[in-house]
Amino acid sequence: MTEKPHVSVKDLHVNARTDSGRMVEIIKGVSFDVAPGEMVALIGESGSGKTTIALSLMGHTRTGCHIASGDIRVGDNAVTSMTSRQLAAFRGTGVAYVPQSAAAAFNPSKRIIDQVIEITVIHHLMSRSKAETKAVELFRALGLPNPETIGKRYPHQVSGGQLQRLSAAMALIGDPELVIFDEPTTALDVTTQIEVLRAFKSVMAKKGISGVYVSHDLAVVAQVANRIVVLRGGEVQEEGDVDQILNEPAHDYTKDLLNAFKPATHVAQGQREADAEPLLEVHELYAGYGPTKDGEPVAKVLKDVSFKLERGRNLGVIGESGSGKSTLARAVAGILKPYRGYALFNGKELGAGIKDRTKEQLQKNQIVFQLADTALNPAHSIESILARPLAFYHGLRGAKKERRVIELLDMVRLPANIRHRLPEELSGGQKQRINLARALAAEPELILCDEITSALDTVVAAAILDLLKELQRELSLSYMFISHDLSTVEAICDDVLVMLQGEVVEALPASEMSQKAQHPYSKLLISSIPKLDTGWLDRVDADPVFAAQMADR
Amino acid sequence: MQAGQAVLFWKVLRRGFSLRQSFISLYLLVQVSKRLAIALLTLVIVSFAVFFATELLPGDVAQILLGQAATPEAVAGLREAMGLNEPAFHRFLFWLIGLTHGDLGISYANNMPIAELIHGRLTNSLKLAGVTTLVSVPVSLFLGIGAAMWRNSPFDRMVSVLTISVISVPEFMVATLSVLIFAVWLDWLPALSFGADVGSFSDMLRAYAMPVITLSCVVSAQMIRMTRAAVIETINTPYVEMALLKGASRTRMVLVHALPNALGPIANAVALSLSYLVGGVIIVETIFNYPGVAKLMVDAVSTRDLPLIQSCAMLFCVSYLSLITLADLIAILSNPRLR
Amino acid sequence: MKSDMSIASSSPAPRSKGYSFNIVGRIGLGIILFWLAVAILGPWISPHPPGEIVDWDYFGPMTSKFWLGTDYLGRDMFSRILLGARYTVGISLAAVTIACTIGVILGMIAAVIGGWFDMILSRLLDAINGIPSLLFGLVVVAAVGSSIPVLILTLAANYMPGSYRFARALAVNVNTMDFVTVARARGENTPYLIIREIFPNILGPVLADLGLRFVFIVLVLSGLSFLGLGVQPPNADWGALVRENIGALSFGAPAVIFPSIAIASLTISVNMFIDNLPTKIRDRSE
Repeated sequence: MTEKPHVSVKDLHVNARTDSGRMVEIIKGVSFDVAPGEMVALIGESGSGKTTIALSLMGHTRTGCHIASGDIRVGDNAVTSMTSRQLAAFRGTGVAYVPQSAAAAFNPSKRIIDQVIEITVIHHLMSRSKAETKAVELFRALGLPNPETIGKRYPHQVSGGQLQRLSAAMALIGDPELVIFDEPTTALDVTTQIEVLRAFKSVMAKKGISGVYVSHDLAVVAQVANRIVVLRGGEVQEEGDVDQILNEPAHDYTKDLLNAFKPATHVAQGQREADAEPLLEVHELYAGYGPTKDGEPVAKVLKDVSFKLERGRNLGVIGESGSGKSTLARAVAGILKPYRGYALFNGKELGAGIKDRTKEQLQKNQIVFQLADTALNPAHSIESILARPLAFYHGLRGAKKERRVIELLDMVRLPANIRHRLPEELSGGQKQRINLARALAAEPELILCDEITSALDTVVAAAILDLLKELQRELSLSYMFISHDLSTVEAICDDVLVMLQGEVVEALPASEMSQKAQHPYSKLLISSIPKLDTGWLDRVDADPVFAAQMADR
Repeated sequence: MQAGQAVLFWKVLRRGFSLRQSFISLYLLVQVSKRLAIALLTLVIVSFAVFFATELLPGDVAQILLGQAATPEAVAGLREAMGLNEPAFHRFLFWLIGLTHGDLGISYANNMPIAELIHGRLTNSLKLAGVTTLVSVPVSLFLGIGAAMWRNSPFDRMVSVLTISVISVPEFMVATLSVLIFAVWLDWLPALSFGADVGSFSDMLRAYAMPVITLSCVVSAQMIRMTRAAVIETINTPYVEMALLKGASRTRMVLVHALPNALGPIANAVALSLSYLVGGVIIVETIFNYPGVAKLMVDAVSTRDLPLIQSCAMLFCVSYLSLITLADLIAILSNPRLR
Repeated sequence: MKSDMSIASSSPAPRSKGYSFNIVGRIGLGIILFWLAVAILGPWISPHPPGEIVDWDYFGPMTSKFWLGTDYLGRDMFSRILLGARYTVGISLAAVTIACTIGVILGMIAAVIGGWFDMILSRLLDAINGIPSLLFGLVVVAAVGSSIPVLILTLAANYMPGSYRFARALAVNVNTMDFVTVARARGENTPYLIIREIFPNILGPVLADLGLRFVFIVLVLSGLSFLGLGVQPPNADWGALVRENIGALSFGAPAVIFPSIAIASLTISVNMFIDNLPTKIRDRSE
């Protein structure tokens, strides 16, 4: 392409003021171009500065940040040297923004249509009736149901997937030359994501608008982008065409990112012994939240859940948000009392609540949570966090206890001197390791892992999965692994339960999920996982009627 | 727990879409009646506390009335006549029922029905509160919203410093300071409210000015701070940032996007701040010698006229509670999702 | 929903910094400490006996002998303010300590236990909160008369429900955190949860709240004394000093101005100090 780039960013530096008042450079000299009609993806993990760069294309920085130096040009506009009045005129018509969470970006007290056509009102682009007609056209192009009337609703009256598509209509109404997508599908379930991605792709292609797509997910980006810019710590690591990045990555970091994606199928550890007693056996479990009425809670979540988990094997539980998978983990851990059904642990009945269980049962059955930030008490040092279960379950004290703490840290591959630090001084991955170490301190037989890799960056998450496998080899553990991410479950589990609306719809062997799935929902879920393959979105064929139903829930 | 219930409720709502409207009105009805029931319960507990403090804590009321020199027979006779030999709980119920009928009892000090004593005073106090509200609400909304809109500007800082100063000093200091400025140094206004006859309109204005200025300062400081906080909270939401990214001006962001969503919290803040009137009025009426209920009550305290204190205290508690309950109801009703 | 909406995610994790205050906070702290010292040392550093009539003139001006002038009887104002600190600071401090200790303990218990205990206690204390504080003081003083223990207990009873409510709200937040759930799933008992898991995490905001509550108590105590219902003569706190010398208002004499300044300096400096606490201490609640 020899024509003049539509967007050019040259040597961009952005500074941020920290809480203590120090200035920190968060974007360290980033340059890239976007050709007319091209979609460029900014890929990176949290803290890579991808959103900051995208927002600076609109001349906007979040509170505490400012553009220190560099040139940003969009079309004929020199964004970095515009006054705030010029910027206001430029936003919405020159460049438009599709936010990460449409649910938060829509004003709850105004009708959708008024917000969608607001850009035309602000910039006096066209009459109201014309704008509304145009909005309805966009709704239709984005595949929204009832395009004529959906605008009359309030934001909380439509689903998350629909809102995300509506926010794209809101961006496109002013015919911008550039659209910025800021992780627009991250907050959505995979089955919803597919419809939204398709809608974005077709509209953008039809209009020939250039775009910048911010994401942490290489597989999603592979579907929509032409070129990829890989970012880390506010610097460009590598830049290239999608095919080049996916197939011949040059930079080590890009290779790491790609490796984290490789499906690593799990080889079963424990040999299945005939007639051996299962470690955990759950029988027709029902659980829910809220005040009880006639012995049943008002909000029933789990319905008739039964499964077996054999010793040394791993069970995955997958499902989308609201499927009840976390509730299942809580019910098994005793945090939530089931109101019907029971569980056997090592052949003995497991009490419903924590208080109904023996200390030994509690000790053998540990739970690890998703957010390491909230799972570690910020007021305690790592040492006292790890030492408590040692003292509580095993009565260790003094030097013996300290030795064991160091041992535990070593097990999760952390240096011994980290024990004097507070949780806030650790990185996300380190915290999750401490979280695991605390569970290991109890010397459990079963660890319930509730989305423990979901909040982590891909590379860090992959390392945690490797650690889990190693620990299993050394300590003969079993995991019950809750996740919304199929590839994570595939990488570590032997068997998988697919959950939908509180029920187990299907139980499958992890290694042959896609071949053996029978239930339409399992099929849809499995086929909805984006693949590292540029043609995936066009090829994927799921039952269209069912898929549409799921997307518009 | 309540938040959890609300979330649940929404999940139910999403399913029964056609039933939504009736669900919402039912939900609101339940919430509002719940709040009103709580207010009523609070009032009963408060009235018990007031009764307990004024009738049971002081010891033998008959003895107090007749003084130390009274003969035991006289004390016993009075006790019988006043019904003090009844069990305390009966007396409490009797008193409570009397209150609901407007029977406030007889003042110890001058043997007049309390209802009569209070009547004219109440009108005066309500006038003072009304004028103060009329002055302080518009001023505070203007300053509070303005400070939020131009956050961290010199204007905002000035408003912040002023409001913090007023909040951190006792009401009587605000009063003495305004006397010092307006009456002593500038000699514009009389220091005392009703010392002189109120003849013309300008006299009346001058007579009200000082108490109103003082009370308004106290109430407005709270109101400005709370309004500012409410507006800033909505300005910091993603949908206002979205408006910025659509090219909206600052005025449009605040007036079109932030304010409609801040109305509930602002109304809540106004009602809550007005409850500060109840405390402020006690000091202000005393210091300016303003013939309202609060002055009556402070005088009653010095003569230990317990039935009068009871009635005044209940009057204040009822108005305080109504304002707080009103604030809560506004908060419930203004949830945009329930419209 | 992941929130990438804050810049925190894009900046490196802040290193733990010492609890350093900015200059405004330090000035505030300095004034607070000054008044504390005065409250303790009062009788030894006052130049004249506070109760003694030392000047023939009343409402005397500021002189080298009587630094802050004299009061309506011709007593030395400087000495009286130094001694007044004892009453204002002492009573308020005692009341706020009682209120917050009881309030925070009950609040944490209610948050962890929940159920009926929480509901009944919350209702009851909310009801007490439904009485305006000055009114509460008036009624109690009318009933039993004014003395220092009565004042302390009344003020404490008056401000305890607010402290309870605050601590309970914080503790309810912390209680839903995963680390408490983990401890509970481990089988820990309620006292452990309260003392080890919850208390350290609400301590910062609770102390800040204690400071604000102290300001309110100083204000109400001064108000009561100003109405003549607080500290009784011949003793006088700062509010009572203003009342005694209110006659000086029309002369603009120092006798009425300085006690007012003393109150304002204390309350404003507490506010200054708390507003400038490192955010780390102030809002753990968010």
